[in-house]
Amino acid sequence: MINQRRFLVETLTAIGLILAPLILPHLGFAPNTVNRILVWGLFGIGFDILFGFTGLLSFGQSALYGTGGFVAAYLLTQAGFPHVVTALFIGMIAAAVVGYLVGLIALRRTGIYFAMITVAIAEVFFFVEFNPLADWTGGENGLPGVPSPSFDLGFAHLSFSSGWSLYNFLAFWYFIGIVIALRIIRSPVGAVFRAIRDNPLRASAVGHNIHGYKLTSFVIAAAYAGFAGGLLGIMQAFMPPDAFMFDTSAELVMQTAIGGTGTLFGPLLGAAIWLFLQDFLQAALGLGAAWKLVLGLIFVILVCFLRRGIIGGIVDLYDLATGKKAALEAAAEAAEAADAAGTLEPASATASTPKLALRARKGDSYQGPILQATGLTKRYGGLTANSDINFTVNHGELRGIIGPNGAGKSTFFKMLTCEVPPTSGKIVFEGNDITGQSVTDVCQLGLTKSYQVNQLFNNLTVRENVTIAVLAAVRGKFKLDMFRRIDKVPGVTEQVNQTLAMVNLTARADTPVAVLAYGEKRRLEIGLALANSPSLLLLDEPLAGMSPRERVETVKLLRSISQGRTMIIIDHDMDALFELVEKVTVLQEGRLLVEGTPEEIKGNPIVQEAYLGGVLEQ
Amino acid sequence: MINWGNFISQMFNGLVLGALLALISSGLTIIYGTLGVLNLAHGAMFMLGGYAGYVAYTYTDSFIVAIIFGSLFVMVVGLVVELVIIRHFYGRPDEDQLLVTFGIGMCMVELVRLTFGSLSLTVPAPKVLAGITSLGFMFYPTYRLALVGIIAAALLGLFLILYKTRIGMIVRAGIEDSVMVASLGINVYRVFMIVFGIGAMAAGFAGIVNAPVVSLTPDMGEAILVQTFVVVVIGGVGSFPGAIIGGLIAGEIISITSMINPGYAYVMLFAAMTLVLVLRPHGLMGSQSRA
Repeated sequence: MINQRRFLVETLTAIGLILAPLILPHLGFAPNTVNRILVWGLFGIGFDILFGFTGLLSFGQSALYGTGGFVAAYLLTQAGFPHVVTALFIGMIAAAVVGYLVGLIALRRTGIYFAMITVAIAEVFFFVEFNPLADWTGGENGLPGVPSPSFDLGFAHLSFSSGWSLYNFLAFWYFIGIVIALRIIRSPVGAVFRAIRDNPLRASAVGHNIHGYKLTSFVIAAAYAGFAGGLLGIMQAFMPPDAFMFDTSAELVMQTAIGGTGTLFGPLLGAAIWLFLQDFLQAALGLGAAWKLVLGLIFVILVCFLRRGIIGGIVDLYDLATGKKAALEAAAEAAEAADAAGTLEPASATASTPKLALRARKGDSYQGPILQATGLTKRYGGLTANSDINFTVNHGELRGIIGPNGAGKSTFFKMLTCEVPPTSGKIVFEGNDITGQSVTDVCQLGLTKSYQVNQLFNNLTVRENVTIAVLAAVRGKFKLDMFRRIDKVPGVTEQVNQTLAMVNLTARADTPVAVLAYGEKRRLEIGLALANSPSLLLLDEPLAGMSPRERVETVKLLRSISQGRTMIIIDHDMDALFELVEKVTVLQEGRLLVEGTPEEIKGNPIVQEAYLGGVLEQ
Repeated sequence: MINWGNFISQMFNGLVLGALLALISSGLTIIYGTLGVLNLAHGAMFMLGGYAGYVAYTYTDSFIVAIIFGSLFVMVVGLVVELVIIRHFYGRPDEDQLLVTFGIGMCMVELVRLTFGSLSLTVPAPKVLAGITSLGFMFYPTYRLALVGIIAAALLGLFLILYKTRIGMIVRAGIEDSVMVASLGINVYRVFMIVFGIGAMAAGFAGIVNAPVVSLTPDMGEAILVQTFVVVVIGGVGSFPGAIIGGLIAGEIISITSMINPGYAYVMLFAAMTLVLVLRPHGLMGSQSRA
């Protein structure tokens, strides 16, 4: 995708920025317009990391833009601070700090709540700037007289006052901004951002502290906003109070959506279209005040029909033209057909499969049961899903759980992985009491689950999916290695390859998840839980929805995975399960009915009664 | 020293604003609760109600006609918007819904700006309710007093629709679980359209009855929308009682803080919202079901 060739995008950006002053004037762009586009573009890079990559739509970026801008402008005009670039950086830091505090509050909730809270916060900043802080910010007059940057290099004096000379200064910072952003999105942190956008639930379940990463994304966006705000003051030689207005946030959102989200360059393109049309509609067509209505209509139409903006549309067209899209669709159909017919390459690689080494963990020296649940109870209002379950699993055991629908099996698993807290009871994993811990922490301790309904990162490839899970295993739940390439993180590539080999998806590594066949998605689902090399793996109905042939392959796969690992499997396929596991636990109506070897369970009249009903009466 | 007369009069202002916010927010919140769409064009619908009422008033000189026409006009706009655009966004991510409703709101604002200009317009209060009333201890504009009653009546009407009618029962069931409602054989899309229309009408009604108190400008909806968000966050998304309680709280906070220093009104409002978010993340009356 973006990181096919190293420095390709960076080089192209540099060439584009150098050529722009030669080309754009012929297209009717005034230098001031181009400069404004650059400032919006830089502002938008941070916003795209937040919205396009992390999936957090904020309508409150004006607060951070204004903060950075006014701090820098205040230093340069009121405090007599002489260094323009230093002032910009101080403004940026101020915005980042404010962003951190705002993020702490706004990120308490997600989705529409997040959007509403950011709007409200931005409005607070607007009013604070106008009233209580008017002495510092100039209130509705703003801060005039922001100096332009100039540098005395001894042998030469460089001054960037206005027009194309100021362009050089802005283009330089835009370039730096893009280079940093590209590094961030190619880093493990960037991968986690995309994981959060696609499936926050799974991102936290594979062991990432998603709140920490969201806050990171918010602070990055704040820093970009703050720096761009500072540049706005310099560009206009005046820091306008309307930087704080809701319209600023709204324009940023619309420009990014028009240009295309998740591309980093979308905001730049969107700003170019926006400002060009504004000039064009107002001046050339003489529409006057109607320009905004036209832009609004264009925006609505784009959101309706081109959900990934202009850049997304171009990419789709390109794929269509080169036949890539048709090829992908054909591949998807072929995979589905092959999968159904069972002719997909068999999991015969089992013998040669590289074994995923068990990770050394704190609990490794622990002797005794790997998992011990006592008195586990879960009530949802009046409904008791699980009632007083005592459950012990030993190291290396392969345990099956069966029970009729509604027996509380999935709820039981959710409590074991700490997705839902038990109403009462206690869970001990490798000697640690994990009751009430987060699913992320539990995953980091070495207890993972594959879900009953696939929870994948649907917009990423198979390899990227597994990589995200592996990153949590090798880097821990939160680490800010924002400038490191993913393949430079020690151990990642090997572990990803081993995991892919184990779930027999090596040949499909670069396929987008969306075009995988169902059976392949199911294996990837197991792969995500396995990538972390857990010491205890829970599998919630791994065989559900599979063809008989796929079941055979999957049972083989599960057996190979189970070597040296403790596993608990829920499934309705008793034949497969009884063949696979050593001991079976039967749940019924939220209670533990009976435990025993597969033979004992098969012959047990109580179990037969539970499943078929009425057997005992005969 | 606190000027008690001033304080009580501000309390009344808070009550008026609070009632208004409660009505607008309940429109927003039932739309979100049922359809799962946060309507960022809601502020624009409020504004549209004011302008539609203004037009009706200029032609008929009747405030009653203005109220009826304003509300119905916005309801029709709501129905059309749902049918033509929103309907296609139920299956799309939250972000797309936010973007498209925001865009719709912007188009409405600009359309009104183009038609009526940016200058503010006024609608006089109906003659019966003009002037001021003595409450014994202070004088207060009659229309504002009446406004509390008018909005209370509207909220009661909304309450009766929601809690006493068949369609209201379906709507409330839809807030709980719209998939279940659909599988009971109810045409859930038609219910969605009606809910969107009712929600829009609530905003439009608020817009016209509020017109004599403020002056109309095309972007008057923006500030109201932000306040509405705070109300909904405080009260809990999807909760009708929450919208009313949240609205009254927000109205009083804004009014009383404004008496001391208007610059801090939003700061206090925001502080209240933060407090609620920390103590009760799902809002005062919200439930866990809708994230």
